[in-house]
Amino acid sequence: MAERSFAKEVQKLKLGEGETFTSEGILAITKALLENGVGYVGGYQGAPISHLMDVLSDAEEILDELGVRFEANASEAAATAMLAASVHYPIRGAVTFKGAVGVNVASDALANLASGGVTGGALIIVGEDYGEGSSIMQERSHAFAMKSQVWLLDPRPNLPSIVKAVEQGFELSEASNTPVMLMVRIRSCHVTGSFVARDNRPPELSVREALSNPQSNYARVVLPPMSFVQEQDKINNRWPAAQKYITENRLNEIFGPADGEIGIVLQGGMYNSVIRALQRLGLADIYGKSEVPLYVLNVTYPIVPEEFADFCEGKSSILVVEEGQPEFIEQALGAALYKAGSDISLHGKDMLPMAGEYTGQVMLDGIEAFLRAEAPELLPAQRRAPNSEEKIEIPDLSKTVPIRPPGFCTGCPERPIFAALKMTEQEHGKHQITGDIGCHLFASLPPFEIGGSTMGYGLGPASNAAFDGGGERRPISIIGDGGFWHNGLSSSIGNAVYNKSDGVIVVVDNYYSAATGGQDILSSRADNETKSTGHLIAEAVKGVGVKWVRQIDRTYDVPKMRKILDEALSTDHVGPKVIVASSECMLNRQRRERPLTAKAIQDGRRVEKPRFGVDEDVCTGDHACIRLSGCPSLSLKKLDDPLRDDPVASIDESCVGCGNCGEVADAAVLCPSFYRADIVHNPGRLEQMMSDLSQAIIGWLQARRSQKRLEFS
Amino acid sequence: MNKLHKKQADPRLVSIIKLAIMAVGGQGGSVLTNWIEDCARANGYAVQATSVAGVAQRTGATIYYIEMAPAGEMEPVFSLMPAAGDVDILIAAEMMEAGRAIMRGFVTPDRTTLIASSHRALAVSEKTVPGDGMANSDEVAAAAEIAAQRLVLFDMNKIAVENGTVISASLFGALAGSGTLPFSRDSFEAAIKASGRGVEKSLAAFSAAVDAVENGQPEEPAGQDGLEPGTKASGSERLLSAYRTLESRVANMPEPVADMALRGLQSVVDFQDIRYGKEYLDRLDKVLERDDPAKDHALACEAAKYIARAMTYDDVIRVADLKTRSSRFERVRRYMDPQEGTRMKITEFMHPRAEEMVGMLPARLGRYLNGRPGAMKMIDRLVNRGRRLRSDRLWPFLQLYVLGGIRRWRRATFRHAIERNHLQNWLDTALGYVSGDYDLAVEIIRNRRLIKGYSDTHARGLSKFDKVMEGASIVAGRPDAADWVRRLREAALQDEKGEALDGALQTIRSFTEPQAAA
Repeated sequence: MAERSFAKEVQKLKLGEGETFTSEGILAITKALLENGVGYVGGYQGAPISHLMDVLSDAEEILDELGVRFEANASEAAATAMLAASVHYPIRGAVTFKGAVGVNVASDALANLASGGVTGGALIIVGEDYGEGSSIMQERSHAFAMKSQVWLLDPRPNLPSIVKAVEQGFELSEASNTPVMLMVRIRSCHVTGSFVARDNRPPELSVREALSNPQSNYARVVLPPMSFVQEQDKINNRWPAAQKYITENRLNEIFGPADGEIGIVLQGGMYNSVIRALQRLGLADIYGKSEVPLYVLNVTYPIVPEEFADFCEGKSSILVVEEGQPEFIEQALGAALYKAGSDISLHGKDMLPMAGEYTGQVMLDGIEAFLRAEAPELLPAQRRAPNSEEKIEIPDLSKTVPIRPPGFCTGCPERPIFAALKMTEQEHGKHQITGDIGCHLFASLPPFEIGGSTMGYGLGPASNAAFDGGGERRPISIIGDGGFWHNGLSSSIGNAVYNKSDGVIVVVDNYYSAATGGQDILSSRADNETKSTGHLIAEAVKGVGVKWVRQIDRTYDVPKMRKILDEALSTDHVGPKVIVASSECMLNRQRRERPLTAKAIQDGRRVEKPRFGVDEDVCTGDHACIRLSGCPSLSLKKLDDPLRDDPVASIDESCVGCGNCGEVADAAVLCPSFYRADIVHNPGRLEQMMSDLSQAIIGWLQARRSQKRLEFS
Repeated sequence: MNKLHKKQADPRLVSIIKLAIMAVGGQGGSVLTNWIEDCARANGYAVQATSVAGVAQRTGATIYYIEMAPAGEMEPVFSLMPAAGDVDILIAAEMMEAGRAIMRGFVTPDRTTLIASSHRALAVSEKTVPGDGMANSDEVAAAAEIAAQRLVLFDMNKIAVENGTVISASLFGALAGSGTLPFSRDSFEAAIKASGRGVEKSLAAFSAAVDAVENGQPEEPAGQDGLEPGTKASGSERLLSAYRTLESRVANMPEPVADMALRGLQSVVDFQDIRYGKEYLDRLDKVLERDDPAKDHALACEAAKYIARAMTYDDVIRVADLKTRSSRFERVRRYMDPQEGTRMKITEFMHPRAEEMVGMLPARLGRYLNGRPGAMKMIDRLVNRGRRLRSDRLWPFLQLYVLGGIRRWRRATFRHAIERNHLQNWLDTALGYVSGDYDLAVEIIRNRRLIKGYSDTHARGLSKFDKVMEGASIVAGRPDAADWVRRLREAALQDEKGEALDGALQTIRSFTEPQAAA
C-alpha cells in the first residue's frame, strides 16, 4: 500500500477528447502514455517519480481494459530490460525511475538496449532529482544519454509541453530506432496545471498478441560482429534520422524577435526561470513574450548544429543556460561554433555558476551579468545604475535558526534498532558501520550518528567487504528491505556468504519500500491482489547460504535487540551474521489502522489506545532520552519553576504510543519519568468494575497520605 | 546598432501573486497548497503550484510555492520556485521556518506579508543538548518585524490542536484573515468543504484563526502551561502553623532572596517535612551572614535555589512518592483527556540498580555493602532489571506507595548521608571563596546545576561537576576566575560526553601550569 492513494485522481485518466485535465505533472504523463497507445509500462519507484508508479498501480483496472501490461520492476535495470519488448515488436513501451541514481543502476541494460536499437517507441521517464530537497548525489542523467546514444528530452515545465513531449518522444524513438529519455525535473513532476485531453488509445499490437507470434533477429543482439554494425548504424542512420525528426517537427522552440543581436540558448526545463528573470528585468511580459531571442532545447541530446547555426545568424553573442555540471551542451555548442568558423562570443558557465541549482536569484544575476556585458542598453535604467537608496538592514539569523535535516518519523520502528546500536557502541566502543539507501540512513545524522557511508542501493553490506576478514571488533552493515530486494540479496548477502564474511548484517525490514513512499515489495506482509507478497527475508537469506540468522519480530524490544547484537558481535560462528529486524513502517501502519480503530470504537468494540507521557517533576532535564531517540513527538518544555534551569522532556499529541521511550529508558537505565497511559475504549463490565474499585482504594490511600503532610498547590 | 529596444516592465506582471509556504514535514503543507490553489481557481485565477516533497516529509524543512494571476487570454508563464526579494506572501508553519524564510531573503520590507505561527517544532540539535539548547524565538520575531512589510504572528498550532486538526487549517484561516488574497471568506471555506476530509474540524480551526487575525489576538509565548501563580499550602492546622513560622523567617530575609527562598522552602518541605524546611533555612541563614548586600545578595539568591535543589535529590523514594500522588494522577488524566466511559491504564518504567537499593538501606549497612564489589554485584543481579508497574492497579500501586512512605526514615539512609556530605563540601567550598572572590563563590554555587538525572546520567553529571570544581580550584586567585568557572559550566552543558568541557579545562591548564620542557 503506497503512501498516497490515487484512487480518486486515477478516474481522471478516463477523460476523453476535448475534456480539460487538471492535475500535477506526473499524472499528466500517465495520461499521455495512455493517449499514445503505450503497450506496457513499468519502472522503479523513487522521488520524484514515485507517484507515477503509484498512479499506475492504482490504475491497473484502466490499464487492463486497454490491454496495457503494468509491471512494478525489481530495479531500474529490470525496468530498462523490460523495454526489450520494443526491440523486435512494434509496441510502445515506457518505464520510469529516479534520475542519476536510476540511470546508474540501469546503465547495463540501457547500453545494450541502445546498441541494438528498437522498433517500437521506447520511452524512459527519468525524474531528475537535482537541487533543493534532493536526496541523492548531485549528478546529471545527461552523461548516460550521451554515453549510450539515447536521445534526451527536457521539455518546458508546463503540462501541455510535457504531454506533447511524451507523444514526440515515442515518435522520435520510432523514427530513429533509438530509445528516448524524457527528463522531468523534481518541480515539474509536481507542478500543477491543465491540458486538453484526448481519447485513450489501446496499443496497436498488445504484448499478449505479440506473444502469439514471437520474433527474433540476431542483428539486434549485442554480440560481435553485430555490435560493430550497430555502432555504425547509430552514427550513420539513427543519429541523422533523429536530427531530421527533431528539425522537421520543431521539437526545439524559438521565441522572441528574429533579429536580435544577442540570444539565449536554454534547456527546456529552465524556460520558466529564464522568463521570470527576463520579466524582472523588464524584458518579457506576463505571457512570456520575450524581447530577447530564445532557443529552447526541448531536446538536449543530440543537438542539431544546423538549427543552432540558424539561430546564431546575425547575433554577436549567445548565453547558454545549462543547469548542472559538466557543461555538456555548452561544450557541444562551442565546438559547433568553432568548427563553423564563427566569431560569435559564447557565454554560459562564465556568467552562471558551474555547480548548483539555478534558483531565481542565480538566474537573475546570470542573465543580468550577460546583458551588462553584451547588451547593457537593454537593461532598465534602475538596473544599470541602481539608486543608492538606503537598504533596510535585516538582522542576521544564521546563528539562531537551527538546521532541520530529515529524521525518523514519530513511532518509526527503525528508531529502537539504532537506539540499541548506539547503546552497543557506548558499551563496546565505536564500530565500523556502513549504511545503505533508505530511511535508515537518517541514523547517520544526530542523535544516532551511526554509519559512515552509503555506496548504493543494496550495497550496504557489500561496502564493508574490505573489513569482512574480521579484526578486533566486527564490522556492522545496515541494509533496508527495499535495498535487499533491489539487489542486496546477491550483491551483499550472497557476496558475504561466498567470501566467508565475518561481519554483522542488520536487515531493517519495515514491510515496505518505505523511503520511496511505502510501496509493497516481495517481503511485504500485506495481501496484494496483483502482486505476490509474504516472502520472508530470513528465508531468502538462508536460501543463499547464511547459517547464522536471527529474526526479531518487534524492533521496539530494545533489550532483546541489544542482546542479539551482542551475540552477533561475539559468537565464534564463521560466516556472515544476519539479523532481520522486522516491524511495520509506522506511517503506513497508522494509515492502515487509524480508520479501523476509529470504526471499532464506534462499533462499541474494546480498543486500547496508548500514548506516552513524561512526569515533569521526575524529569531532571538532562535530555539523555532524546539523545537515544530523536522522535519528533518527544520534545522539550520550559517549566515555569524558578528552581529549574533546563527545559524538561515533553511528549506532544502526535505520539502514537510505539513504546520506544519506555523501552529505551528501561534498556539504558535512564530515568523513571516516562509512563505509558492506555485509554481503554468500550471496556468490559468486569474491567470497569475492577478499574473503578482500584481507583476508589487508590484514591482513599492518596487522600490518607495527603492529610498527613503539607501540600502546595 | 542593436535592434532590440528596452521596454518598460509589463504592468500586468504586478498582478502575479507569489506565495511561498515554508513548513516542516507532516504539517499538511500539501493540503494547504491544494486549498489555496482551488480557492484561486474558483475565483477566476490562473494558478500554478509546485513543491519539493522528497525526504522533507520525514520531518525535514520543506517548501511549497504558488503563483497566481487573473486568468487572461493566454496562460501566464509562472516560475516554479520562489526567488529572494520576489515573494508577496510567505506562510511559515513554524517559528524557525519563518527565520529560515527571512534568511533566504523571501521576506522583504517592500512587499512581503509574513504569516507565521509562533509555536516551535524543535530541531534535533536543539533537543539533544544536556542544558538548554532551544533557539531564541524572540530574535526571529524581532527580525520578522523588520523584514516583513506586514506581520501576522501568533500560535496557529495551538488553534489547530484545540480544534482537533493540523496547522494547515489555521494557516489557511490566517491567510484569509490577513486579506492579502483578493478572495472572499466564503470561497476559502468552499475550498475546505470541497476537500471532503475532516471538514468540520478544519473549518473550526480556520474560523478561529480568521478571528485571531481580525481581532488582533495578542501574541503569547508558545508552550507555556503557566504554573501555579501563588502557591498555597494546605494540610493540618498543626503542620500549617509550623510552616507559617518558617514562612515568617523567609519574610524577614532581604527582598531579592525571599522569593527564591520561599519557593525553595516549599520544595524541601514537599520533599521531606517541616524539620527539613528548617534545616534549609538554617543553611541559607549561614550564607546570608556571609553575603554582601552591596552585591544585591547574589550569593544568597543562588544559594536559595541550589541548596533547595541539592536537598531535594532524586532518589527512589522521591520518585515513588511523586508517582503515587493524586495530583499526579490528575495531571495524567488532563494530559490524556479520556472520553466519558473509557478507563485508563498507567504503566511506569522503572529500572533500579544495586546502587539505588543500597542507597535506601541504613547508612552503616549501605556503606558496608557499597565498599564490597562482590556484594554489590550480587545485589545488582537480584534487582537490576526493567520493571513495568501498572500503577492504576492496586498491588503495583501499593508497592510504589509503600516505597514512597519510606520517606519517614529517609534521614537514616545511606543515600541521604552521601547527599548531605556532598552538599556540605560544596557549600563550604563556595563560602571559602566569599571573602577573597565573591563572584567566584557565586559561580561555585551555580555549578550545582550540573548534577541531575538518574543512574548513569547522574554519575556523568557528578563527574562533570567534579571537573568544573577542579577547574575552579586551578583558576582561583586569578582576577577572571569567576568568568572561567562560568565558561567551564556552560561547556559542560553543551554536550553529553563533556568534550567541550575537557577542551576548556585543557585551555585553563595551558596557561596556569608551567609549560612542560620543550
